[in-house]
Amino acid sequence: MMLQTEASPADLARIYRALYLIRRTEEEVARIYPSDQIKSPVHLSIGQESVAVGVCDALDPDDVVSGTYRGHATYLAKGGDLDAMMAELYGKATGCAAGKGGSMHLIDMTHNVLGSSAVVGSTIPIAAGYALALKGEGRGRVVAAFFGDGAVEEGVFAETVNFAALRGLPVLFVCENNGLAIHTPIGRRQAGTKLCERVATYGIEVARIEDGDVFAIRAAAARAIARIRATGQPCFLECLTYRWKEHVGPGEDYDAGYRARAELERWQARDPVRLVGERLAPEVRRRIETEIEDRIAKAIAFAEASPPPAADQLLRHVHAG
Amino acid sequence: MPADPHANGAGRNLRYVDAINEALALALAADPRVFVFGLDVDDHKGIQGSTKGLPERFGAERVFGTPLSEEAMTGIAIGAAIAGLRPVHVHIRMDFLMLCMNQLVNMAAKSRYMYGGTVGVPLVVRAIIGKSWGQGAQHSQGLHALFMHVPGLKVVAPSNPYDAKGCLIQAIRDDDPVIFVEHRLLYDTEAPVPEPAFTVPFGQARVCRRGADVTLVGISAMLPECLGAAELLAKAGLEAEVIDPISLSPLDLETIARSVEHTRRLLVVDTAWTMCGASAEIVAGVAERLGTQGGLGLQRMGHAPATCPTSPWLEAEYYPDARKIAARAFAMARPEAPAWAPPLDGAASPRKPFRGPF
Repeated sequence: MMLQTEASPADLARIYRALYLIRRTEEEVARIYPSDQIKSPVHLSIGQESVAVGVCDALDPDDVVSGTYRGHATYLAKGGDLDAMMAELYGKATGCAAGKGGSMHLIDMTHNVLGSSAVVGSTIPIAAGYALALKGEGRGRVVAAFFGDGAVEEGVFAETVNFAALRGLPVLFVCENNGLAIHTPIGRRQAGTKLCERVATYGIEVARIEDGDVFAIRAAAARAIARIRATGQPCFLECLTYRWKEHVGPGEDYDAGYRARAELERWQARDPVRLVGERLAPEVRRRIETEIEDRIAKAIAFAEASPPPAADQLLRHVHAG
Repeated sequence: MPADPHANGAGRNLRYVDAINEALALALAADPRVFVFGLDVDDHKGIQGSTKGLPERFGAERVFGTPLSEEAMTGIAIGAAIAGLRPVHVHIRMDFLMLCMNQLVNMAAKSRYMYGGTVGVPLVVRAIIGKSWGQGAQHSQGLHALFMHVPGLKVVAPSNPYDAKGCLIQAIRDDDPVIFVEHRLLYDTEAPVPEPAFTVPFGQARVCRRGADVTLVGISAMLPECLGAAELLAKAGLEAEVIDPISLSPLDLETIARSVEHTRRLLVVDTAWTMCGASAEIVAGVAERLGTQGGLGLQRMGHAPATCPTSPWLEAEYYPDARKIAARAFAMARPEAPAWAPPLDGAASPRKPFRGPF
């Protein structure tokens, strides 16, 4: 049974709004996807929302996030513009990357969403480099770098954690450990899977949240962020989570044989969207859901109505000017 | 066209390495966003002198050494650049850039574009090509063409102290990532360099010597070799026009094509392999501009298609030099004449040979 973490009605409503926005946006993306209007491969984070929501709820608006190609949740949890995201998926000129990035490269610098990469792990040092600049700025801002369990197998992860610890960079490393790199389980990829123990050898604080509880993640993130601001040292969070959908695309692939449906059912039993929703007063929940359904419908309409990029935009943004 | 670095009264004589150092010092002093980092930039040798004195003058927050971690350090630079800083990331040999390729090609080059122009990456990557005294397989590669291939990156390869200073200041002020290609053998060469900060614009080649018989284009350390070849050719009665592209991406093909329009003969000499190289790009670009009519002579020289050997006897075969260039150019201009090789006591390479130890 899931621990019913203490949360004020305002906390519950705010967290639910974020969770529901991400879940329903991605369900709509999955619904629209077969129509071929979305011109971008989508890696859905359905099932993993609590990591992005828990961490981002503990960040200030001035703080920064960087995400992964499975990054819709991170983008939306940090306040990334929904219209611009949807238009980007549609390849429209009004997209957050002007139709040049697609689902895997969502960015919104006005909300401090630093972008994401299709090449696993590549954004981790960039997040730390951004943190190097923030350290010089001296205003106590923090960068939360999200990445998956596959990324920790990249050399650049170890290189970056070492440098961040060495120089004291304000980075919250957040491993969204869904146990899968595409279709290969972590136990077939890593000789030892005790990530926290491994990272702790760099002399930084680590924490592991195993149950996907959004409030537990939020509490751990808040502790880590306070510590980063106080000490200047980076921290590492490992959040276990579960990818409900196939690696890329809107479907499920439990018949493919690399994982069991029973795993999904175990995680669905503690689905944070449902559990947090059930803790809300029905009228509050209804109001939030109505508001968000309306918001998503408007974003889809915005994307559909937006113009495609003009041909003369092809060579723009290769360089400055 | 950029100013002539050898013009009278253009400044004190400065070595290439000191011009780099001076450019970094001026940029650090002028702009608090600039920082210089990389493995060993702050040690007692200071990247063969090019960063010497900078840590003491500007402090460890702005000039600092790093763990090896080349990929992560490149990503650090990109992140800092996106945040508004102006990093200069230093590599003592260009070969180490192979460890940075993911960040340079997939992130630095693409961030502005794939993020729809909402960010920029004003990053400078300094990389030194080595040569001689046993630098060998992994300390001698001229890999600039790999970066020329990728939209979003700029590539410059100054051949003299004046351009080294002007291009480095321009690179640091540039809002896009710049691969700044240096050559170790040029480090001790001297030229007049003005004291204040100045820039050499990218995308403008310089005609270093006028001549009507053949156009020689020399990249980086091959430019002085081409100038040496022109001296040798003059003794054989041929006038070579010598062009320094300075900037390889953007590449000023117009200046080169204009020259070849007159000389009808182009020999491009690179401090790199010719296959898919800068020399191939220049020859192809000139051919596209001038067409195939009228019997153009288009040739390339570069490193032999082998891994760079350490033995000096093999190495002498591996690299083009002034005599080999002159002989090839002569054969292009006088195909009917018997093969000619410049005398060994003629104008030699203008450089002092690099003597070890490393």
